[in-house]
Amino acid sequence: MTALDQSQIDTEITAARDAYAKALADGAAVRHHPSRDYAPYRSSELRHPKHALVEVRDPEAVELSGPVFGVTDVTDLDADLTRQHTGEPIGERITVTGRLLDRDGKPIRGQLVEIWQANASGRYAHQRDQHPAPLDPNFTGVGRCLTGDDGTYRFTTIKPGPYPWRNHTNAWRPAHIHFSLFGTAFTQRLVTQMYFPGDPLFPYDPILQAVTDDSARGRLVATYAHDRSSPEWSLCYRWDIVLDGPAATWIEEGRDG
Amino acid sequence: MAELAPTPSQTVGPFYGYALPFPGGADIAPAGHPGAITVHGHVYDGAGAPVPDALLEFWQPAPDGSRTGAPGSLRRDPVSGAVIGRHGLDFTGFARVPTDADGHYAIRTLPPGGVPYLAVCVFARGLLHHLFTRAYLTDADDPLLTALEPRRRATLIAIAETERVHRFDVRLQDNGAHEETVFLDFP
Ligand SMILES: [Fe+2]
Repeated sequence: MTALDQSQIDTEITAARDAYAKALADGAAVRHHPSRDYAPYRSSELRHPKHALVEVRDPEAVELSGPVFGVTDVTDLDADLTRQHTGEPIGERITVTGRLLDRDGKPIRGQLVEIWQANASGRYAHQRDQHPAPLDPNFTGVGRCLTGDDGTYRFTTIKPGPYPWRNHTNAWRPAHIHFSLFGTAFTQRLVTQMYFPGDPLFPYDPILQAVTDDSARGRLVATYAHDRSSPEWSLCYRWDIVLDGPAATWIEEGRDG
Repeated sequence: MAELAPTPSQTVGPFYGYALPFPGGADIAPAGHPGAITVHGHVYDGAGAPVPDALLEFWQPAPDGSRTGAPGSLRRDPVSGAVIGRHGLDFTGFARVPTDADGHYAIRTLPPGGVPYLAVCVFARGLLHHLFTRAYLTDADDPLLTALEPRRRATLIAIAETERVHRFDVRLQDNGAHEETVFLDFP
């Protein structure tokens, strides 16, 4: 593969964004999710389907229900990524909190939220991550919790560092936390990434820019919440998550309580 | 009521391996259950190469047709925090399995009640938004299958290798030689 530089990627990012703006102007629907076929993210080339998705409108579909989790599936320590080892991790201690909602604004209760992230220097505790930045023996970077009755989740962690990757020469990911989310239905399943406000790497990153809608892309960026920061302890970022996709209404009754 | 705009998807990336998979994630069926079946296969990309960094999730009704699932897929030891596996009494209906270096996965489950399929969700590095499909254990007069032309329909039907072993391959992209798996949208 020939080495690509950032300017080529920038050109492609702009072209994709212009094409989306034109489609919108011509009456196309707002695109909330990234296109799976997004050339600037090179790994998508052979991993996106060419056929259109087949719509399923069957009210009996199994996918309108989904897996459930409970107190047996998490431990209290899981939500504090700074307390999983004998010592304290290096970096800026933060709390990340928000609500998990469906598109009607209803909270998704008692559901599993999973996160994973790089450490403060931008290194994952994964053997395939060979970025020459230090591993932190006191930080793994994996967390889990269940949402509360109002859909709230909350993690204490360390602000992750940006890291290089090999999409093109001088490719760097903006700092982010990976999130995995379940709704009441399998159709609402979501894996995504949360970003930090004001990161100068945003315009260069093909993964974030794959969300070509400006407003949608903005929804991936957390808000700094000064009123929720803990004095002399940690800064707080707030990020609400809204799950897409239909759910069976009957599920709600069976699962409350 | 005005609908809230959804949070966009982003790729699972290459480093989910120490966060999402868990011991016993592929074992929905209780250990040693005589009715257990294996569903396995490969995930392939558009060049026909195996995808070693995909993550598959399965969701299905219990054998009695119940769709309420049950907690306990990643039951934990409260002392060590280690995953100690399902307790074998409840049917959680949920599996999560990463592909291995050869792009292969295998799960062990019980046949779903009331429907002939398992719901499948595919995540992978390079995939910006997950894909849904279904692994049908038998061909059926099902609203989805009936609407598909035979060549497309065939991609959703697992091959019965033996009475209890079903092969279901996932092809992310048509490469000319092999039909792309039918992927689903739930509007
Ligand atoms: Fe990452």
